[in-house]
Amino acid sequence: MYALVDCNNFYASCERLFQPALIGKPVIVLSNNDGCVIARSNEAKLLGIRMGAPAFEIKDVILKNNVAVFSSNYVLYGDISRRVMNTLSQFAPEIEIYSIDEAFLNLSGFDIYDIEAYARKIVYTTTKNIGIPVSVGIAPTKTLAKVANKIAKKNQDKKGVFILNDKTSINKALEEFSVSDVWGIGRQYSKFLNKYNIFTALDFVNTNKEWIRKNMSIVGVRTMEELQGNPCIEMETTPPDKKAICTSRSFGTMQSEYEPIAEAVAQFAATCAAKLRKQKSCAAMMIVFIHTNQFRKDLKQYAKNIVVSLPVASNSSMELIKYAEIGLKAIYKKGFQYKKAGVIVSDIISENNLQTSLFDEVNRDNQKKVMQVLDKLNSKMGRDKVRIAQQGFSRKWKLRQEKLSPCYTTNINDILIVKT
Amino acid sequence: MKANKAKSNQGLQFYKTDISKTTKVALVGSPIHAGFPSPAEDYVDLSIDLNKELIKNPSSTFLARVKGLSMKDVGIHENDILVVDKSLEAFNKCIAVCFIDGEFTLKKIKVERKCLYLMPANEDFKPIKVTELNDFQIWGIVTYIIKKI
Repeated sequence: MYALVDCNNFYASCERLFQPALIGKPVIVLSNNDGCVIARSNEAKLLGIRMGAPAFEIKDVILKNNVAVFSSNYVLYGDISRRVMNTLSQFAPEIEIYSIDEAFLNLSGFDIYDIEAYARKIVYTTTKNIGIPVSVGIAPTKTLAKVANKIAKKNQDKKGVFILNDKTSINKALEEFSVSDVWGIGRQYSKFLNKYNIFTALDFVNTNKEWIRKNMSIVGVRTMEELQGNPCIEMETTPPDKKAICTSRSFGTMQSEYEPIAEAVAQFAATCAAKLRKQKSCAAMMIVFIHTNQFRKDLKQYAKNIVVSLPVASNSSMELIKYAEIGLKAIYKKGFQYKKAGVIVSDIISENNLQTSLFDEVNRDNQKKVMQVLDKLNSKMGRDKVRIAQQGFSRKWKLRQEKLSPCYTTNINDILIVKT
Repeated sequence: MKANKAKSNQGLQFYKTDISKTTKVALVGSPIHAGFPSPAEDYVDLSIDLNKELIKNPSSTFLARVKGLSMKDVGIHENDILVVDKSLEAFNKCIAVCFIDGEFTLKKIKVERKCLYLMPANEDFKPIKVTELNDFQIWGIVTYIIKKI
């Protein structure tokens, strides 16, 4: 059996943990730059606030209903997520952290216990010990566990736990489950399936297998098998190394001059380099991109990206910044209001398989040593305390985060204040 | 340290070392001794880790800062740092971070004749009787107090 444990309205729950007065009240969390809604409490959902709704469009609803609004505080959510995952890992020999707020647990062999009581214990423990409510769906496959979890969440009377373990209960659940909500079936496929009168997950299961294979490849067949209770998708306990790393941000205010954009791009390149070093790999290719705000139809539009090939794959901040600047210089044009820039690194290989070039003039050992010192200092003193000059300190381009909550768990100056 | 077999060449084997994991080892005395070796050398232990001592359950432990005077008689003063464990069950006379009617407050929990009281430790303050009308939750139990002298 597999369990899918999913935190209820995770970002909103993190904010409520330190402001319990918001329990039972509508809470929303906005994306970077406070642009649009990325998380809603149940109460906010009931007010009709859509996922992805631009903040300025729902101003009236917010004011009228006294909705609590937060900028996304990923430092806080990341730390609380780590606590939840650590707690969950005590309940199973194998855990797959699927996203910031969900994890699969492998409960093979747990069938001899009262599995429902066990699930209730998981819910109780995470809710009490960390203050984050969760829902648990349990089933013979991961895809069915996802289904069970949705049912547990949707129906208040299930109190956060739902188990699918026999043919009858599975079929009944699939009959009421929209095929578009099935894990692994995207928007395109559900549109396609709807055309052939396949609307529920049960319709999908009852379709001819060969037809599915022909039209949806082996991935579709796998989903079908999983919905029938035959496990095909295994646990992924160690996340695969990233094949490409992207760091990009929208600017808090639009930028037209070269310098602040170059500073931002240098910062993105440095972040990519740090991420590469963390997974002990190097990148041989880089894409730098900039674009204007496509929603501002009144302004001149421009968008461009450029591919930069590195002579030797690297993870040095200095080198990556150098090539990012070369790239930016080639695509930057004066006279536009830029909204966003970014750096993507790809062609990622292990640090140990580095192929140097005969004409390489860079002293790689020295660079490596410098980066090691840099990482060590920054891990001690805080992110980006020591930086390459190009990263700058002015941060004109920085995020707009007007409603940011304190970093209660990661900064000693931000911890909860308790009156005695 | 772990050694990876990297290349084997004519019977000679070269190893690369993996330095990704480091373990700190306490260093005692100077490396070159002219005199008698330190008799304490065999009793060197790793250093004391306060995190480990003060935080038994890292996932459920949070820090909070004190504001106010109502607990001064038990030695809890303004700006002290509280180590709060949410996983512990409340018990009679424990010191807890409570949330009551929109505010966090630090008090001693007292259970008497099926009633719950929040007890201050300062005679200028009155006990609070918690009733069903209050929006109340015991947020976490205080396990340690860290104070700067």
